[in-house]
Amino acid sequence: MEAGALSDPVLRVRRNLTDRIGDPLLRGLSGLAAALAVAVIAGIAYEVVHLAWPAITKFGVGFVTTNDWNPVTERYGAAPFIYGTAVTSAIALLFAAPLSIAISIYLTELAPSRVRRPVATLVDMLAAIPSVILGLWGILVLGPFMHDTIEPALNSVLGFLPIFSGDPSAFGYLTAALILTIMTTPIITSVTREVFETVPGDLKEGSYALGATRWEMIRQVVLPYSRAGIVGATILGLGRAIGEAIAVAQVIGGATGINVSLFHTGSTMAAQIAAQFQGAPGALQKPSLAYLGLILLVFAVIVNVVARLIVQRGTLKDTDMTVTEAGAL
Amino acid sequence: MNGAESHALLLDRGNLKRRNRVSKLVSLSSTIAALLAVAVLLIVVGSVLSKGIGALSIHFLTTPMGLFGDTTGGISNAIVGTGIIVGIAALMAIPVGMLVAIYTTEFAPDRIGHAIRFVLDLLNGVPTIITGIFVYGLMVAGNRQSGFAGSVALAIIMLPIVARTAQEVLALVPGALKEAAYALGIARWRTLLRVTLPTAAGGLLTGSLLAVARVAGETAPLILTCSIFGQGLLTEPGEALASIPIFIFQSSESPSPEAHTQAWAAALILIVFVLVLNIIARAFYARSRKRMGA
Amino acid sequence: MDSRDPAETLAMTEQNPEPQASPEAGAGLPRSTISIAGESATTPAKRSREIGNVELQGLNAYYGSNHAVRNVSLGFDSAKVTAIIGPSGCGKSTMVRCINRMHEEIAGARSEGRVLLDGLDLYDPRIDIVAVRRSVGMVFQKPNPFPTMSVIDNVTAGLRLTGASRGELEERGHQALIGAGLWDEVKDRLKGPGVGLSGGQQQRLCIARALAVDPEVLLMDEPCSALDPMATLRIEELIGELKERVTIVIVTHNMQQAARVADTTVFMLDGELVEVGPTDEIFTKPNDDRTEQYVTGKFG
Repeated sequence: MEAGALSDPVLRVRRNLTDRIGDPLLRGLSGLAAALAVAVIAGIAYEVVHLAWPAITKFGVGFVTTNDWNPVTERYGAAPFIYGTAVTSAIALLFAAPLSIAISIYLTELAPSRVRRPVATLVDMLAAIPSVILGLWGILVLGPFMHDTIEPALNSVLGFLPIFSGDPSAFGYLTAALILTIMTTPIITSVTREVFETVPGDLKEGSYALGATRWEMIRQVVLPYSRAGIVGATILGLGRAIGEAIAVAQVIGGATGINVSLFHTGSTMAAQIAAQFQGAPGALQKPSLAYLGLILLVFAVIVNVVARLIVQRGTLKDTDMTVTEAGAL
Repeated sequence: MNGAESHALLLDRGNLKRRNRVSKLVSLSSTIAALLAVAVLLIVVGSVLSKGIGALSIHFLTTPMGLFGDTTGGISNAIVGTGIIVGIAALMAIPVGMLVAIYTTEFAPDRIGHAIRFVLDLLNGVPTIITGIFVYGLMVAGNRQSGFAGSVALAIIMLPIVARTAQEVLALVPGALKEAAYALGIARWRTLLRVTLPTAAGGLLTGSLLAVARVAGETAPLILTCSIFGQGLLTEPGEALASIPIFIFQSSESPSPEAHTQAWAAALILIVFVLVLNIIARAFYARSRKRMGA
Repeated sequence: MDSRDPAETLAMTEQNPEPQASPEAGAGLPRSTISIAGESATTPAKRSREIGNVELQGLNAYYGSNHAVRNVSLGFDSAKVTAIIGPSGCGKSTMVRCINRMHEEIAGARSEGRVLLDGLDLYDPRIDIVAVRRSVGMVFQKPNPFPTMSVIDNVTAGLRLTGASRGELEERGHQALIGAGLWDEVKDRLKGPGVGLSGGQQQRLCIARALAVDPEVLLMDEPCSALDPMATLRIEELIGELKERVTIVIVTHNMQQAARVADTTVFMLDGELVEVGPTDEIFTKPNDDRTEQYVTGKFG
C-alpha cells in the first residue's frame, strides 16, 4: 500500500506487521529472482569467455578458420567442427522442414477430429525423448541400418556424387543428421501447427468458394499467411540442432577433419566439447574447447534472436502487410 | 454460353482431373509424413522396450553398478543419484522460476517485463553443454565434481521452462478475481498466496512437471559436472553421484553387449518416467486451462 | 389464406431447353456471344436467358441432428435478383450455401435433395465440387481479400487456378474490376496490398474476384452488413448493374435493402420456405400471415 494510505490513522491501525512487510518483501524477493536470471545469463557468457581466454589470446580469430585439432602439438582450430555442425544441421533441416509442414498440414486440415489430438500428442512425445536414448538407439539400431542398407544403396545409385562416395559407415555425418532430424521435426511441427491454426477460417472459405482444391487452398491461403511462422519455427529447430551435444557425439564418430562424404565420421562443436572436455590433458585443450563453446554460444544466441524477430515482425495483421510477388500463385 | 455449354463446363474434366490428382497426392504425402513421425516414435520406444525389458529385474534396480567393465551390477546408485540431483535442482529452480514469473506478472513495468522474458528465452536457447561449461567453471574447476554442481546446471535449464509456463498461467488468472481481493483491502502478497496461486495451481504444477521431465534425461550438463563418481550407493550431493543419463551414455559407448543391454534397461526406466510425466503434465495443463475458461 | 405451392409462383417464363447430344461432347453446339476464353469487350455483355437458372427441389440441410433447412423447393431466375429474408437462424444462409456446396465443408453437415443449375443437378456424382464453385460464386459477409496478395492478384486468384495465360489474366482481371465498379479507384495501385483498401472497396474487390471466373450465379451472404451506408449503397447500385450478367441471390436481414435491390423476395422461417413472390407484393400484400408479421416488424 502507498504511503498516503498509511497516513490515515484508521487504516494504519488495521495493518499489522506481516502485511506491511509482506508486499515489499515479495516484491524484493521476486525482483531478486528476476535479477538472478539475468545474472545467470551474464555469468554464462562471462565464464565461457573466461575459460576460453588462454585459447583466445593464443589463437585469436584465426581459430575459426583453422582446420586442425591436435592435442599433441597443441594446435587447435574450430573449422572441422563448424563444418560438421553446419552440415549435420543443414541436412537435418532439409528433411525436417518439409516433413514438419506436411505433418502440420495433416494435423490442421486433413486429420479427422478424433485422430487429431492423439497424433499431435504422439508427435510431441518425440520431442520428449531424452537425447541420450536417441543416441543409444542411433548407435545400436539406426547406425547398423545405415551401414548395412541405406548407405550402400545411396552409394550404388548416387555414388558419383562426392557426398555419397566412400565406404558406408554406421557412424558419421549422415547418421547424426538423421538423429537431428528426428529431434527437430517435433519442434518445428509444434510451432508450425500453431501458426496454421491461426489462419482465419473466412480466408479459407473464400478460397474454396472460388473453386480451389484443398491443396490449392493451402497454397493460396495457409502457406502465404504462415510464411513468417514457418521460417521462425525452422530457425528455432536450427537452434536445437546446432546445440545438441550428446546424441550427436554418440553417432558421429568423433573424427576431427573436414570430409565431403556424408558417410564419413566427423564431429560438431557441441559433440566435441562433450566428448573431450572430461579428461582433456593439454594445457590449451580445455580452453580451446571452451572457445568452441563460445562460438557455439554466439551462434545459438543469434539464431534464437533472429527466430523471435522473424516471428514477431512477420505475423500478419490485417492492414500492414508487405506484398511479395511470390505471394501470388 | 447456353445451357448445354454450361453443363459441359460442369462435367468437363479438363485440367480438373490433374488438379484433383495433385491435391490428393499432397493429402497422401501429408498423411504419410504424420504416420512416419508416429512410426519413428513407436520404433524407438519399441526398441527400448523390447531390448531393455529383458535386463530389468529386482537385482538390476537394487544393486549399484559394478566396477569398471563389470556388468553384473545394477543401477540403484544411478536411480538414487538422479533422484537426488534432479530433486535438488527442482528445489532450487521451481521457487525461483515462480518468483520470476510473479515479478513479471505482478510488479514489473512493461518494458522490464519484456526484457526479462527476452532473457528467459535466451536462457532457454543456450545449449545445455554450454550450461555445463558454465557450472564447471563456476564450481568444478579447481575444486571437484559434485552432485550439487550437477543440480545447479539442471536448475539453470529448468528455470526458463518453469518461469515461462508460470507466466502464461498467471496471466490467465482473471483480473477480476484479483481486483475483488484488493477491493476487500487484502494485501498483494496475501492475494497472491490465497487467490492467484491456488487458481493457477494446475498450470504451475504442469510447468514444474515438464521441467523435471526435461532435465531428468539431460546428459550434457552432467558430463562436465557430475560424471566421475565413486563405487557403491552414494548419496552425498557434495560428491559426484551416479545418474541414469550418464550411465546410459557411458554404457552406450562401451563395446560390450552386456553393457548395451543394461543401457537399454536403464533407458526403459528413464523413458517411461519421462513420458508418463509428460502425459500427466499435459493432462493437467489442459484441465487447468479449461477451469480458468481459457 | 393458404400458401400456394411456391413452384407456381415462379416467374419462370422460359422453359429450360434440354441439353442437346451428350454434354461431354461440347462440339457442334451453337456458340453464343460470350465465349469462355474471354473476349476483349469493354463492357460485359448481356446473357442469354437460358443460363443461370437455379432450382431447388426438396432441399433439406442438417448440422448433425439439427434440421436447419426443411424441404425447400424454390427457383431463382436468370438475370434477376432474388433476396432471401427472415429472422436470424431461419436457415437462409444455410440454404444458400447448399447451392455452391459450401455447406458440406462444415464438419458434421450434410444435405439432401436436388439443386439444379440449368437442369443439371449440382449434386450429381459425376460433377466435381470444384467445378460447381466456378459456376456458382460467393461473396461473404465480411470482406475476405487474401492478405498476402496484391489487388490484381486477388482478382485473378480464381482464374489462376485453371492455368490461364498471363495476358488473359490481366485482361479478365481488368474486366472484373470494371464490372465491379472498382477500376477507377484501384487502377493506379493494382500491385498494392489487397487489404489496403477500405471496407467497401474490399468487398467490391471480393465481388470482382468472384466475377472474374465468369460464374452463372452469384450468391451474396449479407454482403453489406459489415459496411457503412455509403459503401452499402454503392454495392446495391452494383447489384443492379450486375444482374444482367449473373443470377444474383442475396441473403439479407435488412428488409429495406431487399426492397431496393430485389426483383423477387423469399421469406423463410425456421428452416421452411414460407412465401416467395415479386418483391413489392411480399412487402405490400403478402399472402401469408407470418410474412406479414415479419415485414411489418412484429418479430425478428
